[in-house]
Amino acid sequence: MSAGQNAKIALAGVEKSFGRKRVLDGIDLAVAAGESLVIIGGSGTGKSVLIKCILGLMRPEAGSIRIDGEETVGLRRAGRERLMHKFGMLFQGSALFDSLSVWENVAFGLVQGRGMQRDEAHDIALKKLAAVGLGPEVATLSPAELSGGMQKRVALARAIAVEPEIVFFDEPTTGLDPIMADVINRLIVASVRELGATTISITHDMTSARRIADRIAMLHKGRIVWQGPASEIDHTDNPFVDQFVNGRAEGPIQMEVRAA
Amino acid sequence: MTDSLAAIGAVFLAFLAAVGGLTRFALQAIAAAFSPPYFPRLIARQVLYIGYYSLPVVGLTALFTGMVLALQSYTGFSRFNAQSAVATVVVLSMTRELGPVIASLMVAGRVGAAMAAEIGTMRVTEQIDALTSLSTDPLRYLVLPRLIAGLVTMPVLVLVADIVGVFGGFLVGTYKLEFNPVTYVTQTEQYLQTMDVVSGLIKAAVFGFIIALMGCYHGYHSRGGAEGVGQATTHAVVSASILILIFNYALTQAFFS
Repeated sequence: MSAGQNAKIALAGVEKSFGRKRVLDGIDLAVAAGESLVIIGGSGTGKSVLIKCILGLMRPEAGSIRIDGEETVGLRRAGRERLMHKFGMLFQGSALFDSLSVWENVAFGLVQGRGMQRDEAHDIALKKLAAVGLGPEVATLSPAELSGGMQKRVALARAIAVEPEIVFFDEPTTGLDPIMADVINRLIVASVRELGATTISITHDMTSARRIADRIAMLHKGRIVWQGPASEIDHTDNPFVDQFVNGRAEGPIQMEVRAA
Repeated sequence: MTDSLAAIGAVFLAFLAAVGGLTRFALQAIAAAFSPPYFPRLIARQVLYIGYYSLPVVGLTALFTGMVLALQSYTGFSRFNAQSAVATVVVLSMTRELGPVIASLMVAGRVGAAMAAEIGTMRVTEQIDALTSLSTDPLRYLVLPRLIAGLVTMPVLVLVADIVGVFGGFLVGTYKLEFNPVTYVTQTEQYLQTMDVVSGLIKAAVFGFIIALMGCYHGYHSRGGAEGVGQATTHAVVSASILILIFNYALTQAFFS
């Protein structure tokens, strides 16, 4: 799909640099409403930066990012706050708030972002925790008392609690054992299907990518070097995809020592 | 020669960029105070943390400062047969200078470092990004409550420090230097003016704001994991301490020159 006006998310010519290092070098990308796009690529290729630019946490130096046809680059505070109501995000390290209990983390967006009463938000938080397989007994625990897999589930519950239109998943299975990774992948698919949300996920876990994605795009040195349906990822003759999917050291991708 | 000038210029530009960044950060946080939502629970928690939990360290420091001040001024003034000025020197020194400055330096070490470490850890673990993604302005949620708490709590702490410090001087004056207690209290009151106390409390409010601002600023901009958080903590304490001393001179000049 080419970048177009009808896409839920449309990027055109997005560029972002840190000092002399160009991390995003003219990204063109479009995601249709309800579609699940997975962006794959090695470490330091700019995947997280791309998501943060779309989310508004970073500002690109050039290019256009449209959400529902509205230009978001350079959006002022009020417009940005309104836009944020459409988003949910699962962070790589879960990013749960240490000072709050599990249910307060899940309810945070409802209470602080939407102004909902705490009692009502508490009930919704318990439902969302149940949706990711966690019982009410964990609701009052501190995030530090949970395992990595449980923290990921809580972070997923927090990301979907506000019922966002667009959900971002940043390395959702990193640091998890294969069984827990599969549990998280299944929860992501089920949650997103129930919400009917548009999603962008970034990962270098091909098992996760195959399970989550409708479409896959590969990022290398700040450029999209391949994109297509998830079913084609194992049949393309693109040398970048071939090297990455098969995990070979030899090929056009040379790992950089410094992070982006 | 050109390289030397370039290096000096680069340092100067970096300094201006840092001052500009800090000013912008402070103005953005202050601007957030003029529109809702407010977070009274967070402000109350910070007031408790900055004020109540700092009482022991501030009280102890003020007590010994007042005691040493009485001893030192007695030793010095006895050379000129001016021992009767000891009570006045203790009360004026505590209220005008030592109360605000020493209490603020202690709080900068205790609270400023903790603020930088907490917010810095939130930055490197993406919790601040998570706040933004949940439609919550981090400046409004994290920084503003700390600035308000620093501004309103430090004057109360310094008032306590003033009282404890003067009491320390009284203890040494009456038990060790054998002043008559009534005479000591009379001399304490005799030359003390409202402005002496008020100027110290205004200084305390400014210093409280500086401590919270530097803790938040350095924590908010920390990078690179544990090492970055450690550097942010150090920078927060050092910069707050230096600014307290600079602003102390400027405010003293403004009040009493």
